[in-house]
Amino acid sequence: MNRLQTLEEFDQWQLARQQEYNPDRPVITVCGGTGCRVYGSEKVWEAFRSELTRQGADGDLYYDVKVTGCHGFCERGPLVVIRPQGIFYSHVKVEDVPEIVSETILGSRTIERLLYVDPVSGEKIIHEHDVPFYTHQKRLILEKNGNLDPAEISEYIAGGGYSALAAVLRSWTPEQVISAVKSSGLRGRGGAGFSTGVKWSLCAANVLKTGDGYIVCNADEGDPGAYMDRSVMEGNPHSVIEGMLIGAYAMGVHQGFVYIRAEYPLAVKNLRLAIQQAEELGLLGEDILHSGFDFKLSVRLGAGAFVCGEETALIASIEGRIGEPRPRPPYPAESGLWGKPTNINNVKTWAAVPIIIRHGAEWYARIGTEKSKGTLIFSVVGKINNTGLVEVPMGITLRELIFDIGGGIPRGKAFKAAQIGGPSGGCLPAEHLNVKMDYESLTSLGAIVGSGGLVVADEDTCMVDFARYFMTFTQQESCGKCVPCRIGTKAMLETLTRICNGEGQPDDLEYLEELGSHIRASSLCALGQTSPNPVLSTLRYFREEYEAHIYEKRCPARVCKPLITYRIDVERCTGCMVCLRNCSGGAIQGEKGQPHSIDPEHCTRCGVCRNLCKFDAVLVA
Amino acid sequence: MISLTIDEQSIQVPAGRTLLEACREHGISIPTLCYHPALEPYGGCRLCMVELEIPGRPPRLVAACVYPCEEGLVVHTRSALALKSRMMTAELLLAGARGVPEIEQLAAELGVETVRFQLAETNTCVLCGLCVRACREIVGVSAISLIERGMAKKVSAPFELASSRCIGCGTCVLICPTGAFRFDEVAGFHNVEPTLEGYRRGYYRASGEIDLRPDFVQDLPALLRRQGQAGEAKG
Repeated sequence: MNRLQTLEEFDQWQLARQQEYNPDRPVITVCGGTGCRVYGSEKVWEAFRSELTRQGADGDLYYDVKVTGCHGFCERGPLVVIRPQGIFYSHVKVEDVPEIVSETILGSRTIERLLYVDPVSGEKIIHEHDVPFYTHQKRLILEKNGNLDPAEISEYIAGGGYSALAAVLRSWTPEQVISAVKSSGLRGRGGAGFSTGVKWSLCAANVLKTGDGYIVCNADEGDPGAYMDRSVMEGNPHSVIEGMLIGAYAMGVHQGFVYIRAEYPLAVKNLRLAIQQAEELGLLGEDILHSGFDFKLSVRLGAGAFVCGEETALIASIEGRIGEPRPRPPYPAESGLWGKPTNINNVKTWAAVPIIIRHGAEWYARIGTEKSKGTLIFSVVGKINNTGLVEVPMGITLRELIFDIGGGIPRGKAFKAAQIGGPSGGCLPAEHLNVKMDYESLTSLGAIVGSGGLVVADEDTCMVDFARYFMTFTQQESCGKCVPCRIGTKAMLETLTRICNGEGQPDDLEYLEELGSHIRASSLCALGQTSPNPVLSTLRYFREEYEAHIYEKRCPARVCKPLITYRIDVERCTGCMVCLRNCSGGAIQGEKGQPHSIDPEHCTRCGVCRNLCKFDAVLVA
Repeated sequence: MISLTIDEQSIQVPAGRTLLEACREHGISIPTLCYHPALEPYGGCRLCMVELEIPGRPPRLVAACVYPCEEGLVVHTRSALALKSRMMTAELLLAGARGVPEIEQLAAELGVETVRFQLAETNTCVLCGLCVRACREIVGVSAISLIERGMAKKVSAPFELASSRCIGCGTCVLICPTGAFRFDEVAGFHNVEPTLEGYRRGYYRASGEIDLRPDFVQDLPALLRRQGQAGEAKG
C-alpha cells in the first residue's frame, strides 16, 4: 500500500475501493468471533475454501470466503451467511460444508436443517434479516461486524470508513467536532454515562493550557459474561481508530493509547494489524493526509486485573506502576498520564464518534430517550435462549430485550431476574420488565447500564447464590488499597456464604445492608463503591429468599447444597440403575427393576442422578 | 486564599491545601492511619472521611487527606454519616487485626463496641503503606513495595527475597504504626541491621528536619533492639 498524501488522494483511493468491492458480489461470510471459533468456525471456513475449489465453484460461481468479526448470535455458532442473498445457517459443522456448496451455492436450494427455527412461531427462517434476534435490534456500532474482514483496511474504507475523519480534517474546526459530539447527546459507554462532549471540552481546554495531552481507549473489559468491547475490537478495529483520530483532532492531542487486556489475543492481533495498516496508508502518523495533524496510536496490554478498567488505575498501569486507583480529584482531564491532561473513553464510545460525524449529531440525537441518546450494546447471557451481542436503541424495555430479541427463557422456565451492568450493577425482578433501558431509568431501580453486561436468571436460580457469585468476583478483584473494599467485600462474601450454607443469623441481613451502604459510600474507587450493588438489589427485590435461607434453612430455588436433599420417587423409579452406576459418591442403592434409594449421608448433591433420570424420579427438596 | 466552611466555621486557607491540612491547622481533629505529614497522602485507610454538603444532591463522603480545599465548600467532619463511616471502617480494620493494641485503641476511640466479622487470620500489618511510601519518598530507595492484591496484599521486597537495595536505615520500622514491619525479612540478605545511625542517614538524606516518628514510637533504640532480637530468634 502506498501512503496517501492528501485528502484528494484519500477520496480517489476510497472511490477505487468502492468500485472494486461490489456489495452484491457473492461471498460466504463465516463468523470469526471468539464464540464461533470456540464452536469450531476456523475448520468451517477452511472447509469452505477447499470445498469450493474441489467442486469447481470458481469460474462464474466464484464465492469468496470471508472471515468476519462477531455476528452477535453466539448461541447459534458457528454462523454462516451466504451473501448477497443473506441465507442464514447456524450451528454449521465441517460435515455440512460439502452439502452447502453443492446444494445452496451450486443448486440454489436451502438446507432445511441448518435454518434457524423461531422458538416462538416454530417457523423456519431463511434470511438473516428476518431472524427476530436481528430484526428488533438497531445496529450502528455492530452494523458492519457481520460483513467486514477486520484484517483489511480497504474493506472498511470501501464501506465509507475514514470518511468521517477526512471530512473533519477537510473542513471542521476542533470546536465544531466537540460541539457535534455534545449535541449528539453521546454519553460514556464504559458505565458512568458522563457526557462525552463535555468530557472532551474539559480535556481540550486543559490541553490548550499545558500544550500536551493524551487520549486513551479503555478496552480493559473484564465483567463476567461481557464481551461487547472485545467483539468491536475483533470485528471492526478501524471504527475505534477512526473515533480516536477524530477525538485527538478535537482535543489537540497527538498520542493515544489503547489499553486492552492480554486475555483478548484475537482483539489484540486485529487491532495491531489495523494500526499497522492505518500507519502504512498514512491515516496514522505525521501530517495525516497533509492536514498538519499528527497522531500516533500505541497498544498497551493489561495484565489481567479488573481494577485496571478504573481510569486512575488504568493510568497507573500504562505508566508502568502498580495498577491501583488513586483518589480523584484531580480528574484525568486535568492530570492523567504522566501528569498531562488525558481523556479516557470506552471502546464503544470511540466507535460511536465516526457514526455521529457521518450521519450528523441531530440524526444521532433522534435515537433513544430524552437524556440517553444512541444505542447500547448488551451481551445477553445466562438463562436465555438467544445468547449473544445485542445492539438496541436506548429506551427499549427489558421485556423486549429478553423476550423479543433474547427469545425468552429456555425450557419454558419463568424469568426471575436480570443482572444488568455486571458485578457493579443491580438485579431487576420480573415486576420491572417494563423498565426502559437507559441511564436514568435503570439507576432509579438500583441497577446501572454499566458496561452492558446482562445476565439472566430463571426460576431455578437462587438469588442469594447469584449475589454471592458476583461478590466473589469483586472480592477477588479488589486491589486491597482501601479498607472498606478490601475487608468489607470479604465480610460481605463470608456472610453470604454462611447464609448459603444454612448458617445465616437473623441479624445478617441488617449487617449486609449496613456494610453495603458503607462500602458504597466510603470506598476509594468505583470498583469498591459499586461492589455491594448485586447484594443490595437482591436484598431489595428478593428478600424473602434470603429469609427462607436464614429462618427456614431452605433454598427456594433448590440450589444451595447444604440446604437441599435428593431422594427417589419410588412410584416413578423403574430401577434402571443408570443413576446408581453414575453416582460418584456411591450414595445410591437398589436392585435392578426395584426402586432405588439415596443415602443422604453419602450424597454430594451433585445432581448427576437427576440429570440422567429419564423418568423424572429424582426429586430435590 | 480559599474560603470554605468546616463544621460551621468560616475558614480561609491558601490554595493547594487538603481538607485534612486545613482542619488540623484550625484545631479540628480527624482520625487518620495511613496519613503522615512527611508523605504524599494515600487515601487508603478511609478513616478521615468527612461529609460534603452539596446543594440539591445527597451528602457525599470524601477522604479529607486527599480532597483539596475548594472555594465555597461546606464540610462536616462530625456528621452522623462521617462518624458512622469511620466506625464501620475501624470495625473492619479490627476484624483483621484483633489484639493489635494500636488498632484496638483506635477502634475504641471511634466507638466500636462489637466486631461482627472476624477474618480467619490476624495480621498486625494493616496495609497503610507508610513503610513503602517512606522508603520511596523519604529515603529515596524503594527497597520495598506492596505486592499481590486484595486480601493477599502484603509488603515485600522484590520477588519476596531480601532486598539488595535496602540500606538498613530502619525508616520503615520506625514509621510502622503497628510494629508489624519485619526488618529481617527485607534486609537480611546483606546483613544490615537497623541502627539509629542508619535511620538518621536514611531520613536526613531526604526529609531535612521533619520528625518522622509517630507519637506512639517514643524510644527508637529500644524499638530497633526489639526488632534485632526478633530477627535473631527467628534466624
